[in-house]
Amino acid sequence: MHFPKSRKKEDGLRIMEKNKKATAPLDKRGKRINSNRRRHRGRLISIGYLLPSAVGLLLFFVLPFLIVVYYSVIDNPISNQFVFLDNFVMVFQNAAFRQAAQNTFTFSISAVPLAVVLSLFLAMMLESRIPFKSQFRTFFLSPMMVPIASVVLIWQVLFHFNGMINELRAVFDLDKIDWLNSAYAQVVIVILFLWKNLGYNMILFMAALSSIPKDILEVAILESATPFQIFFHIKLRYISSTILFVTIMSLINSFKVFREIYLLKGDYPYDTMYMLQHFMNNTFSRLDYQKMSAAAIMMAIVMVIIIGILFLTENYFGKDVEG
Amino acid sequence: MKLGAGRRKSLNEISLERWDTVVKRKKRWRLRKKAVGVTLKTVIAACFAILFLMPILLTITNSFMGASEISSNYGQVFATNDSGGKVYISETVNLKFIPDMVSFSQYITVLLKSPEYLFKFWNSVILVVPIVVFQLLVAAGAAFGFTRYRGRVKEIIFFIYIILMLMPYQVTLVPNYLVSDWLHILDTNWAIWLPGIFSPFAVYLLTKYMRRIPISVMEAAQIDGAGEWQIFRHICMPLCKGAMCSIAILIFIDYWNMVEQPLILLSDEQKHPLSVFLSKINAGEIGLAFAVATIYMVPPILVFLYGEDYLVEGITYQGGIKG
Repeated sequence: MHFPKSRKKEDGLRIMEKNKKATAPLDKRGKRINSNRRRHRGRLISIGYLLPSAVGLLLFFVLPFLIVVYYSVIDNPISNQFVFLDNFVMVFQNAAFRQAAQNTFTFSISAVPLAVVLSLFLAMMLESRIPFKSQFRTFFLSPMMVPIASVVLIWQVLFHFNGMINELRAVFDLDKIDWLNSAYAQVVIVILFLWKNLGYNMILFMAALSSIPKDILEVAILESATPFQIFFHIKLRYISSTILFVTIMSLINSFKVFREIYLLKGDYPYDTMYMLQHFMNNTFSRLDYQKMSAAAIMMAIVMVIIIGILFLTENYFGKDVEG
Repeated sequence: MKLGAGRRKSLNEISLERWDTVVKRKKRWRLRKKAVGVTLKTVIAACFAILFLMPILLTITNSFMGASEISSNYGQVFATNDSGGKVYISETVNLKFIPDMVSFSQYITVLLKSPEYLFKFWNSVILVVPIVVFQLLVAAGAAFGFTRYRGRVKEIIFFIYIILMLMPYQVTLVPNYLVSDWLHILDTNWAIWLPGIFSPFAVYLLTKYMRRIPISVMEAAQIDGAGEWQIFRHICMPLCKGAMCSIAILIFIDYWNMVEQPLILLSDEQKHPLSVFLSKINAGEIGLAFAVATIYMVPPILVFLYGEDYLVEGITYQGGIKG
């Protein structure tokens, strides 16, 4: 996610091409081909390559999104009365929406830090010298590949009231917990989320850790720095932008956790598992465009804020390390 | 310890020996500490690996159970699920790692006797494969367009792509639904295909990769008289082969796992992919569920085993660490 801050290379080329004008190839009629015109043509052609995707994006994402914005500020698609923020207020006062937003929030708050810390831990472990490294990497990554729908059956068996986890707890004289139908439901979802996402995050961290310059680490060891000092003062600083990226990606993935819950419990799960996507789905089935649009826009605003924070912080941290 | 020959004579022999033993002991101590650390790390990694693999392995081993064995072991899990009420039977659920009797009856039923499962599997294939192929094609063009002749307008458009890529389904599904409704493609496969094909994800990744190709390579070709199409076809595409594989794998996992889109955009259950169908499996069919789940797992696992390195590379590009 980097914008090129300078286009020096291309500027250089442009100058080169200007100088080359005199030696530019001859066209059929013996005139020198104007390189400016050629550039212009090339630019037009490159836009042509871009066009199919851009038109598709415009048609399927951007334009309908503008319509959604429009829908969110009118009272209904027939009378088209402008009501400004009424829909938002209505959605916000909806108990189901508040519950869903709160659940999504608490889930993200608890799952994302765990995902970051645990995956960093796994990556550090695979970075150090242990046998069967590549096998471990394969094992940690495999949950990412397996469709959630396939393992949901086992998950239901494991966390059933009379399931294996409760039997394990019984060994330690702990009470049975009805995992999927109580306040503990969120714990199950967090575990499922971690299981699915740790491998992905781990790969990102491994790449970041391996890109730390080796000489700096060697100097630190020569200066008899302790492993903790090396970790906190060198490694963490070098991977700070990756930590940020992993946090954002985990946050985005945590919004997608509806899939797991739906496959486990269907349209109306236990209260603490009722996520924003459930709210949207159930509004879809009633075809309440106004409510849907308002909710979608609120989500979009939250996402834009999160992405904005990502860009600002990345710029900040990027300078920090390079300087 | 390197000591000059002249110096050794002048030193006391006994103290030198002692010095040597001290050094050796220290070295041995350090080695032992290292060995302990490595074993500890390996054990922890192995524990994690077991936790990560267990759900997958259990699903596979359970698919070799006979139908009666499954219903006697897990019957109550899915019985309570179905009625929705909390019917607790005091019997424990017996989770078995290895079936009492290995039988292929589940597979025989699924593959030969009841074609509906294979039909749903085919639905999944039909939904996913065109998306992977055409998203890559569209994205290749778009990435080329973004790479050649970069300008401010293109950067802004690319930024829109990034934002749309990061938006969760909760936001993009409402616009998708509206467009499908207008184009009258709701409840047809096109409703899934078209937004999938124009999804910004592949464009973003491929652009990031293509921009790393040195501009001089393309400029050289241009000076030699290659047109844009030739540069695209004979320079960019061959260089991007690996990246295309990585991205294809990432798209494939994502869409093979999809649940939200078919739920909202396809109301006809006959068209639902296997992932949605699996969640609706009821007590009567539970004897087959594990076999179906395993069959559903096979394609992504094959892709994973074949292209793990591509996958890792793809994730790394996503993190922008290499980019």
